[in-house]
Order: sequence, then structure tokens, then C-alpha cells
Amino acid sequence: MRRYSAFAIAREGARYHTGWERAWRSPKPKKKYDVVIVGAGGHGLATAFYLGKNFGITNVAIIEKGWLGGGNTGRNTTIIRSNYLQDPSAAIYEKARSLYETMSQDLNYNVMFSPRGVMMLAQTHHEVRGYQRTAHANALQGVSTEFISPQRVKELVPIMDINGPRYPVLGALWQPRGGTARHDAVAWGYARACSDMGMDIIQKCEVTGVNQAGGKVTGVQTTLGEIGCDKLAIVVAGNSGDLAGKAGFRLPMESVALQALVSEPIKPTIDVVVMANTVHGYMSQSDKGELVIGGGTDGFNNYTQRGSFHHVEETVRALVETFPIISRLRMMRQWGGIVDVTGDRSPVISKTPLGNTFINAGWGTGGFKSIPGSGWAMAELVAKGEPGPLAAEFGLDRFREGRFIDESVAAGVAH
Amino acid sequence: MLTLQCPYCGVMADETELHAEGEAHIKRFGPGSSDEDFETYLFERKNPKGVHFERWRHTGGCGKFFHAARSTMTLEVYGTYPAQTLEPPKELIDAIKAKHPDWEGYK
Repeated sequence: MRRYSAFAIAREGARYHTGWERAWRSPKPKKKYDVVIVGAGGHGLATAFYLGKNFGITNVAIIEKGWLGGGNTGRNTTIIRSNYLQDPSAAIYEKARSLYETMSQDLNYNVMFSPRGVMMLAQTHHEVRGYQRTAHANALQGVSTEFISPQRVKELVPIMDINGPRYPVLGALWQPRGGTARHDAVAWGYARACSDMGMDIIQKCEVTGVNQAGGKVTGVQTTLGEIGCDKLAIVVAGNSGDLAGKAGFRLPMESVALQALVSEPIKPTIDVVVMANTVHGYMSQSDKGELVIGGGTDGFNNYTQRGSFHHVEETVRALVETFPIISRLRMMRQWGGIVDVTGDRSPVISKTPLGNTFINAGWGTGGFKSIPGSGWAMAELVAKGEPGPLAAEFGLDRFREGRFIDESVAAGVAH
Repeated sequence: MLTLQCPYCGVMADETELHAEGEAHIKRFGPGSSDEDFETYLFERKNPKGVHFERWRHTGGCGKFFHAARSTMTLEVYGTYPAQTLEPPKELIDAIKAKHPDWEGYK
């Protein structure tokens, strides 16, 4: 792999950009791999990357039914934060956030990590108490957050109306090292690094069945034929329930549509990420100038990658109330992704009832921010066969045993 | 917008008038049941790609719970039926079968 650098740009500029290589290979699948990862989104590719980097396992195939990074990795609002209440959540999301800090250097690929700060508005007294509690919990967990005053909110985001008629801003949970990154670049950077380690990324290849013998996985059936494996990692977000069904077990999760939209591009107006959970909307501004807006999930099962229109209206209405200057902006694009939501709104990184088969799923509405941490923890689980400290609490057995990591109650809303 | 007909009041209701209440016909397990049964009842869901049977509530109308059969792949609605039943009516299953011969049926 030729490294990207200022020198490389100068070199290619001098010869009409004829020397750039393809970022990753697109090989035909081999007969058998040590590890097959289903799903070449951020989480699947990160799992592959850390399998190679941390454990030296490179005989790996990453199988993708569409194109890499074309699912939720390319559909999210790119927010990165780790201000969670529960210890296991804070640990894995903070691991992920800290890996984002050096990801561009680690991957030699500019993921445009922008630690611009994430602000979660408290607009009811209940939220004030909740976020103050989270700030104290974060202090104990080593996550840098603070509860800030409405005046400080106004200083950071001058376009916000903090004295709104329905929900005045009473304060905010502020994580200065949270922010955003370029979501496609995260997938592309990992894919390039994985391909460079000799891993095969096989796109347009759908898994249609799981082969097993003696209670253990032996391979997968795909639209490109059978591919054998010693270990199988299922990292397919919204399609987890479907693939688990093919492998012969059920999951404690359901798939629903989550929507986002962007406005027409405007001059720089807001340089932090604002999340308003009471009115339910969140917003940041992309480098292109578009306001990137995220809303809520639909209440019913859905695989169509389109959400209900009334959610768009609810989200925009809430944000217009908070940011009156956006009221005459046109919204350019709207789209949906299918997220798999668990009962306690926390993910699953776990062994499964099928031997040598592991699942990383249930990230729900918070998948992008966790990509490197999730991959790190999943790689350890796949390599060793047992979860490490980051993944230990996220087993499937927590639902049977009642050891929930209850972020749904902690956040009061989907997150 | 998703539109379901309430089988009680007959209104064609938009989804803003309704509330989704999750998978239908879940078998309840009470005190004394095994951990496995509790886990299945409380958390494990079918989450199918395709035909799905659900509970809905006409919150903005008559307030009653009812059932609906819907495709999670196309959002097509096959029909709605009252809540007082432990499984989908045979006519509805036959109608869905006629439309999708390769559907594995209600399980």
C-alpha cells in the first residue's frame, strides 16, 4: 500500500495523478478462511482491522451484500460522544472516542475527526437532574464532561434561542472532546487498511445460509457459493435478526427505521453538535455547510430504509423552535437506515448458541460513534473465544439474567 | 403514510392516530416459569423480513387495541383484526398465502 501524504499529492500532481492505487482489492472469495465477518460496515471492518492489528489474524474475509459502508455507516449523523451513564457503556464508547482521536494517523486515511464538542440540552428539570448525575458518573468513569449553564450554552451556540416558550434551556451536558467525523472515510480507511493486511473484502455477496456441524459453524452459503470458516462474526446491524434466524437462533432485538436529513448549505453558523432530547432533534453543520439533522425512530418493525414522514415534521419543528434562524431553510435530502434496537438500548457483543459464532449487534441509534471500540472488543472476543473487559457486560445472557445496561432509562429517550 | 383500518370503529387511521405496540400473539409466561421462557416472552422477538403480525392501538380514536398483518419489506398492509384472538384468522393467512406462495406461514 502506498502511503497517503503531502509528498504523495505533490508526486501525483506532477504526473497528472496517474499513480494512485485502488484503495482496496476486490478479490474472488477463497474456499476457506480462519474468520468470516458478515457485514462490511464500520463495525465489521473495524472488527477485521483489530483482528489483524491486535491479534495477527489476517486470513479473514469480510462479506457484504451491498457495498461497503453503504448501510448505517453511510446513513448516520456522524456524532461521536461517550457521555453515557452506565459504566460498561461509558467504557466502550470512551474507548471508541479515544481511538477516533488518532484514527487518521493509525489508518493513514483522513477521517476528518473534528472534536468540536457535543452539547446535550437540558430543557426540563428532570433532564437537569439526569445530566448532572451523568456528569458526576462521567467524572468517576474518567470521561471528560461537565454540566454547563444556559449562559455558557448561548456563548457556544449564539443562534440558539435559550428562552423558548415551551422548553427554555436550563443547562446542558457538555463533552468538549466529542464531535463528528467523516462517516464514509471511516469505512474506507478501515477497508484500505484491512485489504493491505491481506484480508478479502467481498462485496455484492449476500449470505443465504449458515453451515454447521456438531453445534459449530463450518461456513456460510452465499450468492457467490459456499465459503468455509473456523469462526463466524455476524456484524449486520438491522439485518441481525434475519441472519440469526438463518444460523438457528433468535435475538432480543427488533429492526426499526431511523431517519436523518440535511438542509441546503449555508455559511458557518454552528460549530458544535447540539442534541435536544426533550423535543427530540439533533443538529450539527457539515464542512459543506449543510445542517445535518437527526430525529427519532418509528415505533414499528421496518426493513425499507425509509421512515415515516411525520417524524421529519416533528424533528424539524423541534429544531425550528430551538434555532429560529433555520425556519426558512429548505431541506435537501432525507433518508432512513434500519437500526436493531434491544430491550435495554445497549448493544450485544456476544457468543451465540452456535459454536464459534459471534455477534456484534443491537447498537440501535448509536452505532457510528462506537465503531472503533466495538471493533476492538469484538476482535478480542473472536480471537480468544471469550469476551475481554470491554465486551464482558454486553453478552446475550444479560437478558436471561436481568443484568441490563439500562441506557433507555438513563437517557429517557432513544439515543 | 401507513394507514390501518381500525376493526372496531372502522376508521381508516393514519399512523399518527395510532400507536405501534409490538409483536402480536406473544405467549405470556407468569410466576414459576423457567428463565428461558421468561427471556423468550420478555425479550426475544421474531423481527421477520416480510409478513409480520403486530398489535396496534387506536390511541387517537376509539382507544382500542387491535391486530394488523403487514409486510416489513414493503409496508403493505394485508389486513387488521380484533384483539380477542390468540392467532391470526384463517382467511387472512389464506389471503397472504395466495399473494406470497413462498411465505412459510404463521408460526
